[in-house]
Formats: sequence, C-alpha cells, structure tokens
Amino acid sequence: MVDIEFLGPIDRKSISLDVSTLDEVSLKLQNDKELSDWLEKCAIAVNDEIVFNRDIKLKDGDKISLLPPVCGG
Amino acid sequence: MELYDGGLDVPNILERWYKEQSESNFGAFIPFIGTVRDEDKIDGLSFDIYEPILKKWFKKWQNIAKERGAIVKIAHSKGDVMLHESSYISAVFSPKRRVALELIDQFVEDFKANAPIWKYDLIDGKRIYAESRSKKIEGSGLLVK
Repeated sequence: MVDIEFLGPIDRKSISLDVSTLDEVSLKLQNDKELSDWLEKCAIAVNDEIVFNRDIKLKDGDKISLLPPVCGG
Repeated sequence: MELYDGGLDVPNILERWYKEQSESNFGAFIPFIGTVRDEDKIDGLSFDIYEPILKKWFKKWQNIAKERGAIVKIAHSKGDVMLHESSYISAVFSPKRRVALELIDQFVEDFKANAPIWKYDLIDGKRIYAESRSKKIEGSGLLVK
C-alpha cells in the first residue's frame, strides 16, 4: 500500500491506495471530483522528494504528497 | 533553519545571528525581514509548513551559499501572525557585499516560489487560503491526465 497525503489547504485526511505507479494514483484521484480540481495545481513528492516525471516505480510504504500552490513569507 | 509558533522576535533573532557570526570574518550581513501589513481588512496571516521538504529546500540553499563562501539563515512562523508582526526573516552572510546582495535576492525569491508553506488570511475569525497570491511549485500538474 502507498500512503497519499494532502498538504496545506486541501481539506482531506491521508488515504492508502493499492497502486504501483503514479499513473494509477492519477487515475484514482481524478475520479474524485473535489480532488481532481487540485491535481492541476499540485506538485507531487514521493518520500518527501519532489518528482518531475511519472516514471517511478512505487513500493509498499511509499509516501506521496500533494503540494498545492505556496506562499511563504 | 528556525520555526516558531506565532510572530517572530525579530531583535532577538537578528542579534543572535549577528553575534554568532561576529568573529567569522564575514564582511557583509544582509537580513530580509517580512512584516504583516494592514491591508485588505485582514486581522493577520496564518501559515502551514511541511517541514520535511522545507528542510531539504534549505539544505540545497546552504550548499549553494557554501560554494560562494557564504551562509544563509532563515526563521519563519507557524500558525497565526498578527498585523505588524514579522513572519519571516532570511539572511545572508558573505565575505564581500556582491555575493550577499545577489544571494539574498535569489534566496528570497526561490523561497517564495518553492518553499512548502501555505498562507491564509485571518478575516473575521475565519482562516482563508490566500490562493490568488500563491504560486504553483515547479512541476505542478504531474498527475493530470
């Protein structure tokens, strides 16, 4: 299982998904109307490292984070 | 990197940083201090921080600074910060002024663009995500389609 966490203003508790690729994560989250609106705005981190392509093999216990637009300072 | 609940004690932080480096032979020290302004009828701002990625972001900047013989500092607030309080201090120490002047600009701008921090306006007891002032992190939209 892979844990998906929603950071900052995304008002969602973490979920666990039985997936092995980011394509599968994408499909699952797009089916959720509320979350699909966030996907276009969010950067993705796998185990706290921001990733730039979906070509990543996920393994059991991995953590995926959705990071919406930021404004520090 | 220092994170605090609520507004920053600016004089204390700056004095400590200054004293810590007073014998380090840095010729330049440039702090940037961000203060919450009274505008748009807000009572203050509020912040969420995702620390694991912020730490990595800061580590990257420590390495960039080190290559130029400089060091970088940062202090930021978590939670609520009221009007005229400070929520953010960045600083650069460097041997000579040019490096510090250049680095403080790049460091503050990259912080604004990529540090995993979310800002909310505090208005009438509500905490409202400041989405229109927020920027998408590089690489956003990866999971679309």
